[in-house]
Amino acid sequence: MEDYARVVDRFVGFGGRTLEQSGQYRILAARAVVWDALNDADVLAACIEGCESVTKLSDHRFDANITAKLGPVKTKFKATIEVSDRNPPESYSLEVSVKGGMQGFGKGRAEVELAEDQNATLLSYRVEGNVGGKLAQMGSRLITAAGRKMADGFFSRFSERWADTI
Amino acid sequence: MTSETGIGASVKRKEDARFITGAGHYTDDINQPGQLYAVFVRSMYPRAEIRSIDVSSALAMEGVMAAYTGADLAADGIGDLPCGWMVKSKDGSDMIQPPHPPVAVSVVNYVGEPYAMVVAETLQAARDGAEAVTADFNEIPAVVDLASAHGADQIHEAVPGNQCYDWELGDREATDAAFASADHVTSLDIVNNRLIPNAMEPRAAVGMYEAATGNYTLYTTSQNPHLARLVLAAFVNVAAESKLRVIAPDVGGGFGSKIFVYAEETAVIWAAGKLARAIKWRADRSESFLADAHGRDHRTRAELALNADGTFVGLRVKTVANMGAYLSLFASSVPTYLYGTLLAGQYRTPAIYVEVQSVFTNTAPVDAYRGAGRPEATYVVERLVETAARELGKDPADIRRLNFIQPEDFPYETPVALTYDTGDYDASLKKAIELIGYDDFAERKASSEANGKKRGIGFSCYIEACGLAPSQVAISLGAGVGLFESAEVRVDVTGSVSVMTGCHSHGQGHETTFAQIVSDKLGIPFENVDVVHGDTGRSDYGLGTYGSRSLVVGGSAIVKATDKVIAKSRKIAAHMLESTEENVDFEEGTFSVTDSNQSITFPEVAFSAYVPGNYPLDELEPGLSEKAFYDPENFTYPAGAHICEVEVDPETGKVEIVNFVAVDDFGEIINPMIVAGQVHGGLAQGIGQALLEHGIYDESGQLVTGSYMDYTMPRADDMPNFVVDTTVTPCTHNPLGAKGCGEAGAIGSTAAVMNALTDALGVVDVPMPATPETVWRAMEGE
Repeated sequence: MEDYARVVDRFVGFGGRTLEQSGQYRILAARAVVWDALNDADVLAACIEGCESVTKLSDHRFDANITAKLGPVKTKFKATIEVSDRNPPESYSLEVSVKGGMQGFGKGRAEVELAEDQNATLLSYRVEGNVGGKLAQMGSRLITAAGRKMADGFFSRFSERWADTI
Repeated sequence: MTSETGIGASVKRKEDARFITGAGHYTDDINQPGQLYAVFVRSMYPRAEIRSIDVSSALAMEGVMAAYTGADLAADGIGDLPCGWMVKSKDGSDMIQPPHPPVAVSVVNYVGEPYAMVVAETLQAARDGAEAVTADFNEIPAVVDLASAHGADQIHEAVPGNQCYDWELGDREATDAAFASADHVTSLDIVNNRLIPNAMEPRAAVGMYEAATGNYTLYTTSQNPHLARLVLAAFVNVAAESKLRVIAPDVGGGFGSKIFVYAEETAVIWAAGKLARAIKWRADRSESFLADAHGRDHRTRAELALNADGTFVGLRVKTVANMGAYLSLFASSVPTYLYGTLLAGQYRTPAIYVEVQSVFTNTAPVDAYRGAGRPEATYVVERLVETAARELGKDPADIRRLNFIQPEDFPYETPVALTYDTGDYDASLKKAIELIGYDDFAERKASSEANGKKRGIGFSCYIEACGLAPSQVAISLGAGVGLFESAEVRVDVTGSVSVMTGCHSHGQGHETTFAQIVSDKLGIPFENVDVVHGDTGRSDYGLGTYGSRSLVVGGSAIVKATDKVIAKSRKIAAHMLESTEENVDFEEGTFSVTDSNQSITFPEVAFSAYVPGNYPLDELEPGLSEKAFYDPENFTYPAGAHICEVEVDPETGKVEIVNFVAVDDFGEIINPMIVAGQVHGGLAQGIGQALLEHGIYDESGQLVTGSYMDYTMPRADDMPNFVVDTTVTPCTHNPLGAKGCGEAGAIGSTAAVMNALTDALGVVDVPMPATPETVWRAMEGE
């Protein structure tokens, strides 16, 4: 532990600490089913860790309340998700903005694509974002790991919904 | 009196008894009946327009007494936080000072800038209230990168191109001519990394207001309470000076960051008046990172012109200095009069020209931090000199000796506006070379190589200018305050003494050093001298403690006041001894008639002054208390030689400092143990800059080194066992012959480390901080 800060220091360069992440999951359901689930507020609420509520205001707008922990900062976030480039059942883009009061904020853009793969669906996503305020001050170097953990958590819960059906 | 407690004795610090037993009395230890708590709501955006702020939900919460915005302060006539030094550009125009409201009104310009304050009955209620303040911001892309800030998107309406000023010093033509005819030019591009001060005690304030009298009292973590009072009264319009008492009790470190008047204490004392209640605020560590003034942050192109034999013929320096988002109290002076003036170093370089552009960015304000301009200057000069020596195949010690200003050259007028009074630079270098065993270095290097390690040695022969002075010169160059110091030596009826000083101790040990001076001069027990500081209600005036000034300026004022006490005492003694002043000697606390056995002690004289039975009331006023103001004739010029030896592990890039020698000429020394302690602390900070510390904003303007998880502070196991020693050439123009020692360690050491590291690696430069990754990349040629 004694050299922890030093180890961390190596990862801090002059550049920004933008979150960039992508991933692919194979979901055992038909593409149309996956698409509908991705647009279902109840499904989303059940799959997001720490999610208290998801409200679907329209096909293009979701609001969510989430409690999340990033390093030493645990806080309640209000998230708004704007859906654009909606191309059912193949792809959409999400503009995500989360506000955590005095703890900071985050914002990002995600692109999600669904491809048919026999009886299953290949879901690919790519996310770019950044954080501000205390989240950046205290937790920015943890954000990649936290983002990965959150995405993996979401998609593993999401995939499990169909684990027994095929 | 060459006693165990007099001048020159390593007396243990008086103040340590309370500090190390937890009995210190810091601002956060002060509590008042009915005290409220303030919490500031801070911008999480680097740059944004404030569309609206809504405090109604906060006000509705239980325990919340008030919630203020910048508009509330402005409506009450609270003024901007000023900058106290007017620097002029090359073309003669004044620097541009953008508006700096204590609490943001219409825009926020750095992460951490306060835009609202919530005051509540408990700290928790204030925090909850702050959480309930909502604001609508229109984010604007921030200007963050120093290299491209000049001419980037304009931050302040009043500041075209984000340039505060474009300053120059020295003779451009003569310097260019020297370069044109030189045999060799050494050039370096240097980044002086941003540092975050990290005083052990975070900033704090307790504001009090007494409605019946209209008196305000502010307890605050200040290095200069009189200056805080002046700014709060004259510029910020909180209250008349006479109605405002500022007390800086025990303060746990400052390093410059507590010189400045900040938003928080300003808002706290104002709100105390509004609510007629005591209000406390104390920064948490996260706030300190965001909102204490940062240090350094320069980008420099530096060139040294030499003759083939190694003689320096010209120095040309161009620097861009980061001011952050606003001008802090002395920000403008740091990269100019405290930097450009020091570029002659210890050398007879005949032609020097420096230009400095200071620019604004959407980052925390940058101001003086231990050394303030002089570490940056030393880094430029000493990195250049070492690099030039390597390029010309000269020994780094020899090239310095060849160019040193010699003892017979003093007083020496530099091409950059200073006149050095005295020094013997080779004496310090010689001693340092002996102490480090320079002659045996090759053997140690070979031995390291045998163990798979790379070893290097680096020199740094620094000079600094302390005790910023004289007032008239500084004022003519733009200073907004005098730079003298006051003292009062008040002798009690029984002969004990209180010394009131305008300097402030926040780790320097003034209570000990100043008591040594007075007890030595008056011949009374050290224990009988009490030093009082940090209270505008108890000492007349003062400029506080910064720039290694306390002993040389404040101590000299104390000597002057003590001499006045002795002069009056001698008159009283002459009367009591039925002799004349001329025939009364004073030695070791006793007045005696020359060539007789008649004598009287200092306490007896003091008693007579207050119980004037046998006393010349027709000639002298009763009482024994004298005041003095001391305005220095010149800066003092501490100088020295630091030599560092490092060992690098080529597998990991880890740098170990295996040997560090600092030989400093501080002039006469009052307490060698305190001096050594000051040097050790300074060295740790200078080495911290070289190897560990870095304040980093990401490209969007977020501070990503905002906690101890990411900002690496030096620790004991990062430091070698320092070898520190001194040489002495007494200052020629103050009564103590002293030069000041508070900053030297931080000024000299950084270049020594980086010179050693570049020597070990055989590269021209490594950016600071030289973390293992940076070093490893340098070894890989990246």
